[in-house]
Amino acid sequence: MLGRPQKILISLDLNGQRYELAVEPRSTLLEAIRYAAGLTGSKQGCDKGDCGACTVLSNGAPILSCISLAVEHQGDRITTIEGLAHGGKVHPVQDAFDLCGALQCGFCQSGMMISAAALLERNPKPTREQIKEALSGNLCRCTGYTKILEAVEVASGQRQLAELDPRPTTGSPA
Amino acid sequence: MSFGKKLNVVGRRLRKVDGLQKATGAAVYADDIKLPRMLHCKILRSPHAHARIKRIDFSRCLEHPGVVAVLEGKEIPTRYGVIPWTPDEQALAADKARFVGDEVAAVAAEDELAAEEALELIDVEYEVLPPLIDPAEALREQRIKIHEGSKQGNISKHVELSFGDVAAGFDRCAAIADETFYYEGSTHTPIEPHCAIGNYDADGNLTVWSSTQIPHYVHRELSRVLELPEARVRVIQPFLGGAFGGKSDPFSLEFVVAKLSMKTGRPVKCLFTREEVFWAHRGRHPMKMRFKVGLSETGRIESVDSKILIDGGAYSSFGLVTAYYAGQLLTGPYQFGAYHFDSTRVFTNKPPCGPKRGHGSVQPRFAFEVALDMAAEKLGLDPIEVRRRNFIGENVKTINGQLITSNGFLRCLDLVEKASGWKERKGKLGFGRGLGVAGSMYISGTAYPVYPNEMPQAGIQVKLDRSGKVTIFSGASDIGQGSNSVPAYLIAEEIGCDPRDCLVVVSDTDLTPVDLGAYSSRVTFMLGIACVEAGRKLWAQISAAVAEKWGVEAARIEGSLGTIFVPETALSMSFKEAVRLAEAKFGTLGATGSYRTEKLGGDYRGGTIGASPAYSFTAHAVEVQVDPETGIWTVERVWAAHDCGKALNPTLVEGQIEGSVYMGYAEAAMEEMTYLPSGLHRGPSLLDYRIPTSLDTPELTAMIVESGDPKGPYGAKEAGEGPLHPVIPAISNAIHDAVGIWLTELPFHPGKLLRLLREKDKPRAPVPPVEERISAAGESRA
Repeated sequence: MLGRPQKILISLDLNGQRYELAVEPRSTLLEAIRYAAGLTGSKQGCDKGDCGACTVLSNGAPILSCISLAVEHQGDRITTIEGLAHGGKVHPVQDAFDLCGALQCGFCQSGMMISAAALLERNPKPTREQIKEALSGNLCRCTGYTKILEAVEVASGQRQLAELDPRPTTGSPA
Repeated sequence: MSFGKKLNVVGRRLRKVDGLQKATGAAVYADDIKLPRMLHCKILRSPHAHARIKRIDFSRCLEHPGVVAVLEGKEIPTRYGVIPWTPDEQALAADKARFVGDEVAAVAAEDELAAEEALELIDVEYEVLPPLIDPAEALREQRIKIHEGSKQGNISKHVELSFGDVAAGFDRCAAIADETFYYEGSTHTPIEPHCAIGNYDADGNLTVWSSTQIPHYVHRELSRVLELPEARVRVIQPFLGGAFGGKSDPFSLEFVVAKLSMKTGRPVKCLFTREEVFWAHRGRHPMKMRFKVGLSETGRIESVDSKILIDGGAYSSFGLVTAYYAGQLLTGPYQFGAYHFDSTRVFTNKPPCGPKRGHGSVQPRFAFEVALDMAAEKLGLDPIEVRRRNFIGENVKTINGQLITSNGFLRCLDLVEKASGWKERKGKLGFGRGLGVAGSMYISGTAYPVYPNEMPQAGIQVKLDRSGKVTIFSGASDIGQGSNSVPAYLIAEEIGCDPRDCLVVVSDTDLTPVDLGAYSSRVTFMLGIACVEAGRKLWAQISAAVAEKWGVEAARIEGSLGTIFVPETALSMSFKEAVRLAEAKFGTLGATGSYRTEKLGGDYRGGTIGASPAYSFTAHAVEVQVDPETGIWTVERVWAAHDCGKALNPTLVEGQIEGSVYMGYAEAAMEEMTYLPSGLHRGPSLLDYRIPTSLDTPELTAMIVESGDPKGPYGAKEAGEGPLHPVIPAISNAIHDAVGIWLTELPFHPGKLLRLLREKDKPRAPVPPVEERISAAGESRA
């Protein structure tokens, strides 16, 4: 657009793939991911760092991408929800969220699952209080958090569900 | 319906049909949609709570780089509203702005930033009018009218209904509680902000993708306001990021993107900011309620009288229904001897209130359940015991003429009594710790279809063919509750296929049958009945074709998870083979199912409002810890038992109970929509408007009671809204048990608690008349 500062080329390792993105100096990392790279799994709920729906991993650490400037992440390794699955299999956190019914509307859950995956990376057997603490930056309006906490316990191998669907998972694996 | 049959799918903890799409980030929500040549739209909002719009000058705005088109109210002046009797909204206000945040003008530009910048270049000349912020003042005020067309002052709706002789009832009472309650407004805050994309194509067809929970009503209103034939308008609801009633009105942005697309010939997107979501609101109505509840010597509810002032905000929304629900939904799970209610919804210059989860009935339920405890205490009656004694029963009519079929309320009470250790622990936990209980009832859809018609409220179409694939077309709106999965479960149960072989095509007015939307807890009940009907038709064909092949009676054939067989024989084939036989015998296969509105309700004006084919019942017990030094209270645990008739998927039902309890707790603990005297919201952000995090939310135990409703699909009733109600009064009752004070105003801030604790031993002044108190409370609040 006329009168705007020129776009800046940034290079990101997005889910293991190199992306060259032209972004405005004012663009947030979330905007770069969603609108420039087209990875729409990360969500915008508030655009001011209050809700956590935009949480992604930057060099392995969870950050709020809606209050991070894209240009400050030059060369960083970014993991979004699309990058959690590996080798054609969903991440244990993703599988557990689905299994436990933690996904109602699903909108906050990309950020929530990223926070949960980051927690299990640094603490493979967290207590319930530690899970609550780690997810307290991610607001969910549907679940009352109960099934989310259970899902993280299932993903970390600390809880078995009393009654499971014995058949393989529905849907197509990522 | 369908009892006695062995169930293969229903009742199992299956995964959702779309769970992994959500888990992997693949699910497409409205803002994830990007069309070629798409423009971005922003809406200019009024800075004044009440102002006449004299003139809008776009000349500076149109010169801004990137601006493609602008829009003002007089270009789309037709008034609309979700209730056809009260169309008082305009896509963009053409005459008056009625709250801070009311939509006034719109811009479409090449990108969002350009549109945002251009808003500041629109010059609007306002004539500022005095705002009416306090509902009691709005009620009194006769000269200033928020809606010039109102018949009576600023009254949006007044309802007064009487059943039995209330005065005579009170004369018989041994204990009466007469108290004023205040329920603060709160809002839904779905994590997904509202978003819509309009695309008017060269052939004259309009498509609107919207984060709505009522595609059908949006379809109707778009057609009316834009003057396009309904056959040329298509509404698609993509994946929806939460709603809770906050997306069940037609919203300004849907009309604006459509009109701007018509003007520009290009697709137009509008995404609300979080602040705009607070302006769009339609949340819980603030209510000031005087409740008088009288008990006989034996604890029977002889008489209930309420007078309720409802703060409606600037527009009607569902307000006509709200005014009725405030009284009509209270008449269970207890038998009332006599009942009178008088509820008045008034307009104020604030964002419009509407249907938040538990529409209209959460507030009076709070007041009633606390007043019931107050009266029971005077008789020395245990709170669970008084609720048991007044149980209304099954297959019975309420005092206002609503038919209750199944009723598992007593089992709910038993469960929470046992789980909370009530008998052993109540009253024995020492000062500062307490137990409380409350009950409630809610509708499973309504016999009032918003606009009068004889057509089905919900429909299903099923297509299947030799591939074994079952394609189900459902108009229902999945807002997270799982209505995309319900048709797969129920059709699979009926026809013996594997639910994973069902594709459910949803909420697209061009492709799917009409469904009225996700409100009134109607979806699973009504959609479910339509599914069972369609499934049975198909099973008749499949089983007939297989019976012919095997030479057995069709009635002996069963199907389960992809296998068709005759029990205790070697006769067995795959579902796919069975479909091939049916397709060969009957030709192309398909079936439809419908839910038709039953004639229900009391024989009086308004008697159908609150009439439902089935009612859910809930009881909650709550344990609290109160710090008498600071007034800070915490919920140790909530035990929530809910009669949902039959859990089609227990995991999803528990999710609804848990989410409801959370949301009710949030209203009790912290949520409040409050405004400055100017009408400006005090904090329209998720930082200032506090909602509970994982650390704030209490531990809770969800318990399912299955009363097996004779009308519901496989016995199912609602689960999404009922379980919100009791937690709020149960907390108040538990705090009373803990420290001896009654909290009658929401939210229960520690400061209020502390003040009441300090005043506890002082003698109480006589209670002034309700109008005076309402007015005084309003002034101190503003």
